[in-house]
Amino acid sequence: MSVNPTVLAWTEADLGVTGALREVVRAPAAVLSTAGATVDPTSPEVVRLAADLVATMRVSPGCVGLAAPQVGEGVKVFCVDVSEHPKTREHHGTFVLCNAEVVSCSRNEKAREGCMSVPDFTGDVKRPSRIVVRGQLPGTGEEVELEADAFEARALQHEIDHCDGLLFLDRAAGAHAVYARKTYL
Amino acid sequence: MTSHAITVLGHDRPGIIAETTGRLAGLGLNLEDSTMTLLRGHFAMMLVCAGEVADAEIEAALAPLAADGSLTVSVREVPAGPAVAGAGSSWVLSVHGGDRPGIVSSVVGVVAGVGGNITDLTTRLSGDLYLLVAEVDLPASADVDAVERDLAAAASDLGVGVSLRPADTDEL
Repeated sequence: MSVNPTVLAWTEADLGVTGALREVVRAPAAVLSTAGATVDPTSPEVVRLAADLVATMRVSPGCVGLAAPQVGEGVKVFCVDVSEHPKTREHHGTFVLCNAEVVSCSRNEKAREGCMSVPDFTGDVKRPSRIVVRGQLPGTGEEVELEADAFEARALQHEIDHCDGLLFLDRAAGAHAVYARKTYL
Repeated sequence: MTSHAITVLGHDRPGIIAETTGRLAGLGLNLEDSTMTLLRGHFAMMLVCAGEVADAEIEAALAPLAADGSLTVSVREVPAGPAVAGAGSSWVLSVHGGDRPGIVSSVVGVVAGVGGNITDLTTRLSGDLYLLVAEVDLPASADVDAVERDLAAAASDLGVGVSLRPADTDEL
């Protein structure tokens, strides 16, 4: 796997605006179950949203990714930063992608996922552990393609699912694969 | 608002869930938690529903399900609301090996002995292979290493294998 140097070098400082903290919405909010609209990554609204997502992710304990629908915006924008997570192998640091999609994937693995928008449940979800994702960086609108594996691959797919109106609950591995959660971090 | 625990058990056939839940919906009852499965071809449904309906009225509505003798239905009022969960850690316990009486009681006895709570448990038997998978909450005070040793000892006595692994969740 090779890390995309452009994505690795990207930081929220590139956005040139200070992000505001946003409230994280919870299921069954309709925005979480609605496919997000594609965006113009160069528009000031999208740049602001990108900064808000990163700022909100930073203050949320254990949060490694946040998608626009989770702050009530039905659009295809999300941020990810798995750099501090113990299950991470290679990673791209902090980045935001717009209009992202999975181009190719392989090697399914099952793991138990939790989500800030579904605080009362966790669930076993099978996902590819090696993926190629294509999207656009906010601000410049530059199209990037990146390879991700392990935990970063899972996080990317979880966030892309949010942008498509899907929760991990939509991908539960079976009828007994969703569990009541005792505490959320 | 009252809560009712309902069980439906018996010979499986298509439509049991549709008929049962349709009759409950007809009474204005809301299905809260439920689990339904097949145990060696026998249908088993347990559910908790809420609504201002007396047990006797629910029993009467579900009586046609049991009319031909293939299903048994029970209805019982229970305290409303989910149980309050304690602090602790979540684990997945797996046991498999040659079938013999006493596997479940020996293994879960170890969990109970440290004040652990089993929140979900499935066993399956196929040929001589017996399998147990359980979701286990261990109290914060539990010595997990000691629990693992005791589980291993119990499993050794039974001639089966055991594993206890954290049910760690990836927060995304």
